[in-house]
Order: sequence, then C-alpha cells, then structure tokens
Amino acid sequence: MSTTTTHTRRNPPSRGERIADWTDARLGLHGAGRKNIRKIFPDHWSFLLGEIAMYTFLIVLLTGVYLTLFFKPSMAEMTYHGSYAPMNGVMMTEAYASTLDISFDVRGGLLVRQIHHWSALIFIAAMATHMMRVFFTGAFRKPREVNWLFGFTLLVLGCVAGFTGYSLPDDLLSGTGVRFMEGATLATPVIGTYLAFFLWGGEFPGTDIIPRFFAVHVLLVPGIMLGLFLIHLILIFYHKHTQFAGAGKTNDNVVGAPFMPVYVAKAGGFFFLVFGVVTLLAGMFTINPVWDLGPYRPDLVSTGAQPDWYMGWTEGLIRFMPGWEWVIPGGYTINFGVFIPLMIVGVVPTVMVAYPFFESWVTGDRREHHILDRPRNVPTRTGFGVAWLTWVFVLLMAGGNDLWATHFHLSIEAITWFVRIAFFVAPVLAFWITRRICLGLQRRDREKVLHGRETGIIKRLPHGEFIEVHEPLPQEQMHVLTSHDQHTPLELGPTVDDNGVVRKQSPVEKLRVKLSQGYYGEAGQIPKPTRHEYEEITSGHGHH
Amino acid sequence: MSSQAGSENENNGEHLPTVREGEDGGGVAVEERDPFANPGLPPHEPRKQDIDERAAKRSERTVSLLFTVSMLATVAFIAAFVAIDVDEIVYIFPLGHVSALNFALGVTLGIALFTIGAGAIHWSRTLMSDVEVIQERHPIAATEETEAISKADWRQGTEESAIGSRKIIRRTMLGALTLVPLAGVVLLRDLGPLPGTKLRETLWAKGKLLINMNTDEPLRPEDITVGSLSFAKPEGLKEGDHSFNNEIAKAALMLVRIHPGDIKDRKSADWGHEGILAYSKICTHVGCPVSLYEQQTHHVLCPCHQSTFDLSDGARVLFGPAGHPLPQLRITVNDEGYLYALGDFDEPVGPSFWERG
Repeated sequence: MSTTTTHTRRNPPSRGERIADWTDARLGLHGAGRKNIRKIFPDHWSFLLGEIAMYTFLIVLLTGVYLTLFFKPSMAEMTYHGSYAPMNGVMMTEAYASTLDISFDVRGGLLVRQIHHWSALIFIAAMATHMMRVFFTGAFRKPREVNWLFGFTLLVLGCVAGFTGYSLPDDLLSGTGVRFMEGATLATPVIGTYLAFFLWGGEFPGTDIIPRFFAVHVLLVPGIMLGLFLIHLILIFYHKHTQFAGAGKTNDNVVGAPFMPVYVAKAGGFFFLVFGVVTLLAGMFTINPVWDLGPYRPDLVSTGAQPDWYMGWTEGLIRFMPGWEWVIPGGYTINFGVFIPLMIVGVVPTVMVAYPFFESWVTGDRREHHILDRPRNVPTRTGFGVAWLTWVFVLLMAGGNDLWATHFHLSIEAITWFVRIAFFVAPVLAFWITRRICLGLQRRDREKVLHGRETGIIKRLPHGEFIEVHEPLPQEQMHVLTSHDQHTPLELGPTVDDNGVVRKQSPVEKLRVKLSQGYYGEAGQIPKPTRHEYEEITSGHGHH
Repeated sequence: MSSQAGSENENNGEHLPTVREGEDGGGVAVEERDPFANPGLPPHEPRKQDIDERAAKRSERTVSLLFTVSMLATVAFIAAFVAIDVDEIVYIFPLGHVSALNFALGVTLGIALFTIGAGAIHWSRTLMSDVEVIQERHPIAATEETEAISKADWRQGTEESAIGSRKIIRRTMLGALTLVPLAGVVLLRDLGPLPGTKLRETLWAKGKLLINMNTDEPLRPEDITVGSLSFAKPEGLKEGDHSFNNEIAKAALMLVRIHPGDIKDRKSADWGHEGILAYSKICTHVGCPVSLYEQQTHHVLCPCHQSTFDLSDGARVLFGPAGHPLPQLRITVNDEGYLYALGDFDEPVGPSFWERG
C-alpha cells in the first residue's frame, strides 16, 4: 500500500517521515507503529521493579563487553609485576593479574568493573522483587503464566551468570566458591566424580574451569537471557500491562499514559536514573576488592567468606545440614550432608514454576485476569509467599552464621540449631500470621465500605451519647474495596447419587476440594460486603 | 472485550463467582443504584503548567538546566580522565582513602547520567500531557474463524505430508532424530580425563620430608610448639610448579603438638611423633582449608561452613556439616632429626565422593 500512495498529502513529508516510509516499505514499520506508538501503559511504583531489572541487565551487558576487552580468562600461572605494589612478585593466574590490571592500570577500569558488579547485584535483587510483585498481586494468572516461566528462567540464569562471573577473577574468595562447587558436584551420587572431572577438566582446580566459566558467563548464559528477555518484553506488549482496580479501570481496558511521548520519556529517563545511581555507587563504594586477599590457593582461605547475596540461601542450606554421610553396601558413599541441599536447590525452582498452574487448578479459574489482586484479598497465596520469603531469610541467616556469631556474640552452635528448627517452624508461623493479618485487613476494608471512614470527629447526641462521625467513602474507593473476585470453595458432592449408586471420589479430587476450602473457605477469606448489606445499613442510619 | 467476557462467563464452573460487580466498563453508563459501581475516569484536572505559561516556562528552564548540567558533567568526566593519575589516592570523608580517579569518574559520570534521567522525567511530568487514556484490550485467544483456518491448515499440511499414514517413515525419522544428538554427547567425552585413582592419591609417600609452608625449610619436631598450628607441604613441591595448585589441593597438611596424655585416640597418637599429629588441611565437607585452631580444646574449625574437628580425638567431627574425620598422615623423625611421612594418607582427603567407600 505504501509503495502506491494514491492520496495526496497536504504537506510534503518530513525527512523523518520519509525515512519511516522507506523502512516501512522494507520492514513493515507502520503496522508496528500503529499498534505501539500510542500504546497505553498503566502507572504504579511496583511496575518499576521490572524496569530496574531491565535497565541493570542492559548496564551489565554494556559494561561486560568493555571488561572482555581487558580480562584474560586464563589460568596460566605468572608472576605479577603490575602497579599494585603489595602483590609485586606474587604468583597468580593471568585471570587474577588481568583483574588487577583492570582495577589499577586501566583508567576507568575499576569504575566499569564496579558498575558491572553493582548492577549485577541490583539486577538480581530487582528480578527477585519484581517476581514478588507479580506473585503477591496475582499477575502470573492467565494469560501470563508463560511469561512467569520466562521471568523465572531469567532469574535462575541471572544467578548462574552471577556465580560464574564472580568466580572469574580467581581471587581467594571466588576460588573458595569454586571449590565449594566442586565439593558439591562430587556429592552427586553415582556420577559425581565423573561430572567433576569433566567440568574441571581433571582434578581441582586444574586450568580449565575459568576459561569454561568465561564462555558460560559471556556467551552462553547472556545469549539465552537476551533471547528470553526479548520474548518477555514482547509478551508484555502483547498482553498489555496489568493494572490495579480503580476509577475507570476494568478487566477489559488499560488506563494510563501513551507510550509516545510520556512512557518513552519516563522509562527512558528512568534508565538514566538507574544508570546514574549505579555509577555513583560504583564511584563511591568499593565492591568486591579482589586485591585485598590475593590470588586463590587451594590451601588458603579467609574467614567470613560470603557468596554474593543471591547465593546466600544455598550457602545456608549447606551450612546448617548435619553431616550425614552413609557408606552403602558395595562400598559407595552417599554424602547426604551436601546432596540433600543440592536436591532442595533443585526442588525450589520446580515449586516456583508450578505455582501458577497449581493455583489455577485449585480455583478452576480459566478466565483472563488483567486486574491485579491486592495481596490481602488472597490470604492463602500471600501466606505462601511470606512463608517462602521467611524461609529464604532463615537460610540467609544460616549462610551468614559466622557473621551473626561474631557480630552479635552468639555461639555458632546456637545459631545453627536455631536455624535447623526455624527452617521447619518459621515458614509455618509466617504463613499463619500472614493469613491472620490479611483477614484482619479484609475485615477492615469491609468495615470501611459498610460504615465509612472514621473522621475523628466526636459528636455528642442530645441524649448524651457520644458517637464518632463516619464519612462514606468516595465512589472510587467503594469500588476498589469491593471489586475483587471471591471464589466459593469447592464442595465434595454427595457420596451416593440420586439413584443410590455410590460415587467414587478420587484422592486427587478430595485434595483439590480440601485446598479450595483452605483458599476460599471460611478461614480463607472474609465475605466482601454485598449491596444488600450496604443498603440495609445506610438506610438504617437515620434511626440510630 | 465484552464478547470475550461473555464467552468466558459461559465456561464458569459452579465454584466461580456468580457476579462480577463493578466491571461495567470505564465511564460507561452504570446502573444508578449500585453503590459499588465503577465511577469511571474522573475528569482531568489541569496542572499548573497547563494553565500558567510562566510555570510551563519555569519547567522548561529546569529541564534544560538538568540537561546542561549533564553536558558539563561529561566534560568534567573527560577532564578527570585526562588530569588525574590512575594511582592517586585521596581521603574523602566519610568514604576514607579511595582512588581519586575512580571517585572523580564515578561522580561525574553518575551526575551526567542521572541528570539526563531527571530532566526527561521532569519534562514528562510537567509538560507532557497527563490526560489518562483508556485503551481496550484485545482477547489473547484467536477468533473462532482464525482458529478454524489455522487448524484446517495444519491438518491439510500433515495430511499432505502423509506422516500419519506412512508409519515406517515416521518411525525411522523419529529414530534418526533421537540418535543424532548422541554425537553431541559423545563429543563432550574429552572435557576431562576419567577420575581413575586420582582422588585417592596425594604427593605424600614414604620418606618425604615435611616442608614448612612459610619458610620452605624441612620441619623438626622442636619447630612445632604446643598450642600452635603449623602448615606443611611434601618435599619437592614448589610454588610455581605447573601442578602446584592441583597437588597442594590434596597434600596440604597441618601439624599440631598435643601433650601425649591429652590425646584420646590411641591410633592417632601412634601415627604421630611425641604428640605431633599431622592431619589433612582439606575439609572433608566441600574442601575448604581448615585453619582456625582453638589451642585450649584442640578443636579446628573450617571458616567456610564451620565444621569443627577434635584433633585430640582423631579429628572426629564435633559439629557442622562435615561427614567424616580429617585423614591423618603417619609421620616420624629421621636420623637427622627431620619429620617425614611414613606413606600416603590411607584414605582419600577432601570432600567425599560416590566411590570413596
């Protein structure tokens, strides 16, 4: 169509338009433009978490490319004669020496290295909090389950990229982390020894692991992540963003600002804000001072060794496990002390992947959801989420048990035993408490809708009674507090049908009913006010 | 879309909410009596900049000032890059002694980037339209027509290929596609050598002297005092050797002297020399070097995961995630008064593995 333009323009096309026409004739640009230039994006602070993740990812890619220009992923041993005097004459790998060069000889190298590390930490933190936002507001529900999987995979790959990345400098701290990986690999039953020899190219540490980590860190993982990230974004565009209930907002529309110009300016500006803040951090606060402890040597270690924060929970698992090690008949060893944590590390992602499908199975809900839940309105889900976070926090505490011990003058045994118990008890408590709080908040919402807002004004009635004046809520708030869905729990049908024939109920069906009762039964939600209740109360007001 | 919502409602199971209150559409006429109805988008309230040209001008100046600051900061960044020595250290409160160049580059670039962001956001918040816009969603699933065409196309495609009827082709193709990735798996074989007995052997052998890690001199019994922890490597292993890291990862040794009367384990005492005991320094948990020694109790603690071993009792595990004691090396003294090993460790050092037994 565009090649055979028949209509006459009032004004000659501008230079920009001519470029766009040229591109459209080859790439079909105008079709994409029609759909997206004025696409509407809703606004909420929590939607920025994902943006922070996106921008820090871009910053990590940019700075990472720069670092590859100077870093030498080699474990060849050499004697250091660079400008960092304390290491002069020390034997080290080329990887470590080139990291020192980046930090001390390349002008701005230290800044870029620190921007890279700071934004990597923030990237994973942003992904984790973004995922919490998506979880607690139910944004993972249909039609967004697949995007939940992509996002989840990005988080896992982000951790892999982080671990392989901070192992590259081959300093004492990172080498200790790699040793831990080797020990954990060896703990895999049956194939562990072979796995370790194949990964490390022989015995630990060998000379292969850093070049291999390098390939994983700069090529394999970021390549996959970039692909997933683009699909994640395309799906966000395709689905259109979710929004919270509010005036004018429904499940069938999006209310907000257009992509061009407001969203471009805000989101583009936010990129520079994030980049600016990360750069200021990198300029002012040292991160990962690899020069402090020297190069890695398998017979040396420092105290207070900690992984980057996102690996802390795995460190916790490995620290609080009792040292269970069995020799089974046949003379084979199973190192449960390490293998059980490894299995838990494998199970955790499975649970996260499965949750959206689990919840839709329990509710039987097949509708599209574009209006976000307020966390209080789904107490069981919120309870699971908080239990989960509590569990991670307990494990982080276990992962830093030595630091807790030295900073708070506690015994390491006491902390470890506390964690061993809290590992099982704390999530249950957190679940229960969270659900109670959610139910309390639901009651409060109900109260507010039915009786209005407390104004703080005390009125004395003619007969001496004091009452507080309540003010009806504005229409928008009335709507927001009552618009959420409330599912009715499933019931097990009669065991005998009308004709007296015994109906079989499968255990799966019974479980589903039980779960549904837990989610939406009396203990799971407070009935939201109905129109009838409201009218009864408001019409009764005059009589008082 | 309303048609979408309608078709979905028909699919409702018995447990779904029967009413969806207040979802009658933004700003569309709502039933008057519903107290919870969606009120629709409120009318737009103009900002100061929308009605006062002077306020708009002020915003314009603020935005351009921010962009100008950014330009100046970039110039300052380049100036700092050229002017400041890479190894200059300055004291900056409260950061302490930091690299002057890193600080200058970080702050200037940080400001240059931040002010671009601040300018753009201020521009969008004060000068760009803040009228909220409503856009309808499209159903994610295809229309019935599209669905029917797509499915029919697929059926036609598979029928024309005859993959369903020509079973032998289907089966052999699946067989070929299943087998061919094996080539890729086989190619991974040379990632590393087979383990063999490598995890069971260290450099220690009968007659090898114990060399002090710090001084590179052979150790004598009198070098090892009660209450201290000494580290040793086997004779012949030098830092800078091609295989130094691989060998020290297994051979690293720690020595303690305990009053013979305090040694609880008989075998352990016999394997030592006058209360000098030699244990593997590599933790049996995941392989960190054990190095924190409590001289009163003879406990050593691994700083990585806090496994605690009692060196006076055969390096038994007292606490923590390690699964078995640290292996002990049999040592004695030669004619010249130097400590030497009576053989290799009699069990593998370091973390356990499947074949360890």
